[in-house]
Amino acid sequence: MSHSAPLIHTPDGTIAAITKALGANLVSIEEANGEVAVHIHRDSLVECMIQLRDECAYQQLMEIAGVDWPDRDPRFEVVYCLLSLTENHRIRVHLATNEDHAVPSVTGIWPVAGWLEREVFDMYGVLFSGNSDLRRILTDYGFSGHPQRKDFPLSGYVELRYSEEEKRVKYEPVQLAQDFRNFDFLSPWEGADYVLPGDEKTGEAPAAPTGADKIASKEAVKRTARKPKVTGDKA
Amino acid sequence: MSMQQDLAPTTGDEVIQNYTINFGPQHPAAHGVLRLVMELDGEIVERLDPHIGLLHRGTEKLIEYKTYLQALPYFDRLDYASPMAMEHSYVLAVEKLLDLEVPIRAQYLRVLFAELTRIKNHTLNIAHHIIDVGAMTPPLWLYEIREDCMAFYERASGARMHAAWFRPGGVHQDVPLKLLTDMAEWLDDRMPRLFEDAMSLVVDNRIFKQRNVDIAIVSKEDAIKWGFSGPMIRGAGIPWDIRKSQPYDVYAKMDFDIPVGTRGDCYDRFMVRVEEVRQSVRIMKQCLQQMPEGPVCSEDRKVSPPKRAEMKQSMEALIHHFKLYTEGFKVPAGSVYVATESPKGEFGVYLVSDGTNKPYRCKIRPTAFSHLQAMDFMSRGHMLADTTAILGALDIVFGECDR
Repeated sequence: MSHSAPLIHTPDGTIAAITKALGANLVSIEEANGEVAVHIHRDSLVECMIQLRDECAYQQLMEIAGVDWPDRDPRFEVVYCLLSLTENHRIRVHLATNEDHAVPSVTGIWPVAGWLEREVFDMYGVLFSGNSDLRRILTDYGFSGHPQRKDFPLSGYVELRYSEEEKRVKYEPVQLAQDFRNFDFLSPWEGADYVLPGDEKTGEAPAAPTGADKIASKEAVKRTARKPKVTGDKA
Repeated sequence: MSMQQDLAPTTGDEVIQNYTINFGPQHPAAHGVLRLVMELDGEIVERLDPHIGLLHRGTEKLIEYKTYLQALPYFDRLDYASPMAMEHSYVLAVEKLLDLEVPIRAQYLRVLFAELTRIKNHTLNIAHHIIDVGAMTPPLWLYEIREDCMAFYERASGARMHAAWFRPGGVHQDVPLKLLTDMAEWLDDRMPRLFEDAMSLVVDNRIFKQRNVDIAIVSKEDAIKWGFSGPMIRGAGIPWDIRKSQPYDVYAKMDFDIPVGTRGDCYDRFMVRVEEVRQSVRIMKQCLQQMPEGPVCSEDRKVSPPKRAEMKQSMEALIHHFKLYTEGFKVPAGSVYVATESPKGEFGVYLVSDGTNKPYRCKIRPTAFSHLQAMDFMSRGHMLADTTAILGALDIVFGECDR
């Protein structure tokens, strides 16, 4: 460890203690980058959280983050960041969900979850059952769509302006004078997953051997797991 | 409703009912664009529903389309009252994923400016809290301090507010020696003089105490349940400070105290911030005393760009520079949650990398979200005029809250 980020020391036996506390509800637990990540099933969330709070002393819920993985099934990941004030430790609790099935709300355990869940709902469309106030929070009144999804365009669908003629604010479809351009600066020989212009006919023919081959093949393995990258102009 | 009418006090034939008012979104005491929908019974707040998001700019979405370096300036624009503290969480998150070592001088410089930022933020918040409850002179004196802080910002980074000076691997440029000596003189003389002068007018002031003592008391249990952090949790009496408990950069070498409140009211939260300014001065002095010479950014050319002079001589340096400012650097796949003690509380960045040159997901944990959400239960039963004191003691900035 040579970085100077906040020092979180995971005491020996933490992982074993969490494994024991969660029992059969635990899917997997791992330590990477010096942080403990716990993966659980969606339906056992409330039970697990109560156990983590009461038995493992993670008293505070600091954050709920959504992540969209369009290639995965189920598509969304919801990440709960917990903090233990007494043990001075942090863990993350991950669960996977889709837009049809609601995640049980943890507002009964931590009232702070109210707004955090509202934000995940607003940004991703993930539903939380038991949250009595699941309104949109950050987007405009009357907004439709879930902007943090990967298939939501960066420019959005509507723009608004003040119309001098009608003396009111008007919503109109986005009209860009120039198409939004998303340049991909990844080196083509270091794992970009698209065909270079002019290379269409090469098909499956192996590329010329270079020193970067080892890196490229490693990158390629990594890359198969991630979503296809949109390159060039926006569709 | 009819039952409520029966119970409601009457004047003559008129029945007084609960009514709803809008506080903001354009109200000088709303600290930005906050719309509070308040249900009042006479002057007593019955229920309070904050509507936020009026300053939502989609920062997290924009960051997903930028390289790691291009994403950095967005952080200045989150909490524009303490820009460098926002950058701090982000650069540490990137460095943690890269497992990148930061030169010791850069760590000292970052702590020095993070504490300058804390002074900058707290003087603004203290000033606004005071002005919200009706005093005029102390804010004018505190703004002098803030102006000095911005001058130091400008001398280090070239910008008064949006510095973009912290970079993954260190800081962008070294500071001139004169800046450090000027800062030391400022900390010895001008800064404490202005600050203590202003504070002597308010801390024991009868009117100021009447407006703040016993207003919006938060118990330890509530502070934990509602995810409080920073001066809010310390005001409630819990000695929790990430700089102490999970030290980053050179905070482990610093000697400073953590003030805590005893009652958990608005006055305690105010006084915690006042004392934190004094502690920040202590930390800055230690930084200035201990700071060694040396590089201010990582020498890893795959992450931090070479010096301009080097580029005139070395082809490799030129290539590195070109690659860093077009493709940017790649960050190994993985995810981290890094939280630092920003002046307002725990400011966290949950960064997910997929191994490319752009963040796959960058979730920002604003301090304001949990504090503002708690305002409903904190304000209930208090007078309408108390909401400005409560809001002042929350220390909310909407750039960060709405993102």
